[in-house]
Amino acid sequence: MTRSNNHHYPLMDHSADIRAASGRPLADITLEAAQQELLSPADLQITAETLQAQAEIARRAGYLQLADNLTRAAELTAVPNEELLRMYELLRPRRATWQELLALAEKLERDYQAPANAQLVREAASVYQARNLLKRAGNS
Amino acid sequence: MPESKRFAILAERDVNKETFVEPWPEAGLMVTDSPYDPKPSLRLEQGQVVEMDGRARADFDAIDHFIAGHGLDLTVAETAMATPSQQIARMLVDINVSQAEVRRLAGGCTPAKLAEIISHLNVLEMMMGLAKMRVRRTPANQAHVTNWREHPALLAADAAEAALRGFAEIETTVRVARNAPFNALAILVGAQTGRGGVLTQCAVEEALGLRLAMKGLTSYAETLSVYGTERTFVDGDDTPWSKAFLASAYASRGIKVRFTSGTGSEALMGHAEGCSMLYLEARCLMLTRGAGSQGVQNGSISCIALPEALPGGVRAVLAENLLAAMLGLEVASGNDALASHSAIRKTAKLMLQFIPGTDFIFSGYSAVPKRDNLFGGGNFDAEDFDDYNILQRDMQVDGGVKPVDEAELLAIRRQAARAIQAIYAGLGFPAINDEEIEAAVVAHSSDDMPERDLVADLAAADRFLAGEANLLTVVKALQEAGFAETARNILEMGRQRVVGDYLQPAAIFDREFRVLSAVNDVNNYLGPGTGYRPENRRWDEIQQIPQAKSPRDFINDQIGQPLAKLVELEPAKESSRTEVVVAVGPAFGKALTRTINGLEHEAVLAAILTGIAAEGLTARVIRVYHSSDCAAIGHSGARFSGSGIAIGLQSRGTTVIQKRGLAPLNNLELFPQSPSLTLETYQAIGRNAARYAKGLAARPVSVKVDNWARLRLIVKTALLHRRETEEVRDLPPMELLFDWEPDL
Repeated sequence: MTRSNNHHYPLMDHSADIRAASGRPLADITLEAAQQELLSPADLQITAETLQAQAEIARRAGYLQLADNLTRAAELTAVPNEELLRMYELLRPRRATWQELLALAEKLERDYQAPANAQLVREAASVYQARNLLKRAGNS
Repeated sequence: MPESKRFAILAERDVNKETFVEPWPEAGLMVTDSPYDPKPSLRLEQGQVVEMDGRARADFDAIDHFIAGHGLDLTVAETAMATPSQQIARMLVDINVSQAEVRRLAGGCTPAKLAEIISHLNVLEMMMGLAKMRVRRTPANQAHVTNWREHPALLAADAAEAALRGFAEIETTVRVARNAPFNALAILVGAQTGRGGVLTQCAVEEALGLRLAMKGLTSYAETLSVYGTERTFVDGDDTPWSKAFLASAYASRGIKVRFTSGTGSEALMGHAEGCSMLYLEARCLMLTRGAGSQGVQNGSISCIALPEALPGGVRAVLAENLLAAMLGLEVASGNDALASHSAIRKTAKLMLQFIPGTDFIFSGYSAVPKRDNLFGGGNFDAEDFDDYNILQRDMQVDGGVKPVDEAELLAIRRQAARAIQAIYAGLGFPAINDEEIEAAVVAHSSDDMPERDLVADLAAADRFLAGEANLLTVVKALQEAGFAETARNILEMGRQRVVGDYLQPAAIFDREFRVLSAVNDVNNYLGPGTGYRPENRRWDEIQQIPQAKSPRDFINDQIGQPLAKLVELEPAKESSRTEVVVAVGPAFGKALTRTINGLEHEAVLAAILTGIAAEGLTARVIRVYHSSDCAAIGHSGARFSGSGIAIGLQSRGTTVIQKRGLAPLNNLELFPQSPSLTLETYQAIGRNAARYAKGLAARPVSVKVDNWARLRLIVKTALLHRRETEEVRDLPPMELLFDWEPDL
């Protein structure tokens, strides 16, 4: 009884449908392809769909907060690396004003279709305001 | 006051190098149950938490808000809070209550409630609880691989060794932050050479860590530190929301994430707010869960010496591991910093995680010598590898590693060092020369390595981080240099990143890249006969320490050519002469020819007879067949001796001077410490026996007491006795002719 009755996990055992962020099927990501320089970094990146599938697996196994995290992660696959680092930086203590955080939430929603992340940022903004964690006046 | 010599010795003991301090709750120097800890409470209104642990929503700090909004399972919270804490504590050790049932309730408990549950448990009960609550069924271990020179070939070789030894994860860090991409690369290449599927990470500042992950150089991140008070959190330059976002950012790149917390960090950073370490840790764990981290590294981590300075500190550290497991978090359970100067104390502390098993017993085990460890030195290090393997073997406990063969180890270290050399050559980094490779293969530490041009390395590391080169460039360089296996494993790590199976709780890979996590390897412990046990192949592997010998090899040294000078005559007869009978065991001079001390039986017999002759008496030698027991041999000899005095001599050398009429287990002198007996002793034994035969007094022969002899030689003793016992026959004692003249 050590195996759960979750039929899709591990996804690697049902990988026919899995594609990398580049769109290339997993089956085509091989040493031979690497040798012929056919692969790019996007061939080693996970997609939003696969992260959603993992979120669903986590949810069914009872790990609800992890599932929420993986859902936010699925949304963030659309955000480029440098942009993602900037967003994280804005959320650190006293980096952003109230308006800057709301603008970030809006950007997440509008540019990246990332409502769960936007919600997290809005919640942060209101707590940061209450707890003096916003950028202080005069700080640039 | 006079000075006690014993106290003076005790003062020198390792344990007295440590600092011990009395609790001071106001400063946070109290591990559990501070008088300032809040009492558990929870009030919900319209699905919203309006009061938690005695604090109204209006007074919530950022951590309270995050726990109330994300950490607590509100659907079960009212039930959980209404369940007596002692009842939940009892459920933890009740084998009839499943992990899932406890976890459901734990998810609805406030931090103060979690701390109150712990107050009912002793360490044994907590270990039982941990065995049940650990999320992954199979325990595992993590290694630290660093060196102060930050030498890439040594990092790769040590990572390969750690992988071969069975560690499922390897963590490195930096002395100079700019070295991060190179260190991450070296342990990635080393690990995938040692054993495919080992997860690797490089602990650095958060944003840099994310960059390394994006470049494909790491597969997990662990040092997302969280704290139990708001001010400490902010001093750590994060908030629960920034940490939650970071966790999602990592996952979006297919990286496994584990948060870090641990008792003592708030007190160390000066903002404990008078609360106990465990209560603050419960807050950390609730927010870790709320942020959606699949797991946590806790168990005081680098602060371990602080709880250990306080009463109940080691218990509190176990308690935090247990709380994390109760909340469904993967636990990498500390033991990763020097916990004590004392080998006794550091090992005793380890047992609390080692025996129940955790997802990673160490986070991590220093797979390099302490002085090369850039984290905190490790509770155990590379010099403890054999001790640790033997602890697994002693207790039939899976500590997550295995013994290794030296030749195999050297080969894998060489392969790893050469692989990183090839990558440096292929990518145009400062060359690693053959002398460096040879040094890395056999090295124990940085001291064994030649120096490198650090300035050139750092400049190349900067270019590597900023440039286009990535995991695929590395794979190609390895392929071209003929390192197909390492290339395949590194590419497979990339493919696994596309699939994301290892984002699930407590995920690791086996050598075939099969994922094991809390989803497909659910801990099903429900008492004796259930749950994980090291069995079959794994138990065989644990047993195969290179130090173990075949029992047949133990007594080869005691077997030689049978003594030609010892001839067996007719059955022994009683006599009335003033003599000493020397009664030997059934194997003496035949199946066995040397004592356990390596003395030839012939020489031993000659020494005894010389001693007897020196007192002017003659001796008769007889062989006892019916028993291999020393007392029985001596007792039989005395029966045949005209004087009533006999020497009983077992083949392994154990000797007794016996007198007729004494009970078999009583005697005149007994020499049980056969490994300490020399020919001089045997001669003295002969002399004393002769004096007893003449009715004279004798000063008992003194023998050096060596209490370690039994420890060293007990297996050999048992096997020699067994061999002698094999020669036991249903025959009367036989007269022996020993063709020998005293040299007086």
